[in-house]
Amino acid sequence: MEHFTPIASLIGGMLIGLSASLLLLFDGKIAGISGIVAGMLSPQKNDTGWRVVFVGGLLTGGFLLKLFAPQTFAIGIPRSAAALILAGLLVGFGTRLGNGCTSGHGVCGLSRGSKRSLIATAAFMATGVATVYVINHLLGGAL
Amino acid sequence: MNTLIASFVSGLVFALGLGLSGMTQPAKVTAFLDFFGDWDPSLACVMLGAILVHTFLYQLIRRRPSPLFAAAFSLPTRTDIDPRLVAGAALFGIGWGLGGFCPGPAVTSLASGQASVVIFVAAMVAGMYLYRLTEGLWRRQESAPRQVALPPLTAPSPPAWQSPQDF
Repeated sequence: MEHFTPIASLIGGMLIGLSASLLLLFDGKIAGISGIVAGMLSPQKNDTGWRVVFVGGLLTGGFLLKLFAPQTFAIGIPRSAAALILAGLLVGFGTRLGNGCTSGHGVCGLSRGSKRSLIATAAFMATGVATVYVINHLLGGAL
Repeated sequence: MNTLIASFVSGLVFALGLGLSGMTQPAKVTAFLDFFGDWDPSLACVMLGAILVHTFLYQLIRRRPSPLFAAAFSLPTRTDIDPRLVAGAALFGIGWGLGGFCPGPAVTSLASGQASVVIFVAAMVAGMYLYRLTEGLWRRQESAPRQVALPPLTAPSPPAWQSPQDF
């Protein structure tokens, strides 16, 4: 547990909760990133602008982090291009089939007391833990 | 215009929250998922902070008949647990553990310019397209009779609220 960052992670999490609340209060939308991105792929009138601008906000935040806190992108994991492609395909396909990701189900859904989101969060946590177990403890930590 | 400004600010705050919390580092995400190794509980603190704030503010916000800059709230109303939900979340979890990225941190990390992130996000978008192309296959399985969702027993939603299919 030497890398545990309870305070920074708690405050960072609170910012994420604040962000989701701002989007709901002002625009009435759910801050589910997979849904926001997927919606940009099939543009509909009056339902695309806010998605593009939200992603623009994410990227702007990313650039600010890179400028002022480059260490936030410092620690990657040993994965080949093939592993990253498979991972991306599974995340993209899985979040659409299951209607949400860590933000939509894990943060927004659980905060609303949604049973669907509770089940989804339990499912992706379980398979995430199982996958990391296989990679780190059966396959030597790299893939 | 106001809706777009609010959306931009929300995205910006979201990204800063991800960066501060350490979630833009795949190693920190997989260290949380590594229950049987050198476990790092940070991600649990991120979830706790986010859920505490949003649960509280959600209760205040939903007292309003409508959002400040839009005609109606767009909230999911489905309550049924179907195989698609569980299978989709399970597949997502495998990809999450494999790549160390979920969609929010991945998109935010594009700003770092790292090749690994660009590859991951390109594949993620391809996965979303793949779902769209094959959507009919997965929807067909839903034609079996399904229990009609009963309205929640708690306070009824204001009539202006919509019910989109997804987040």
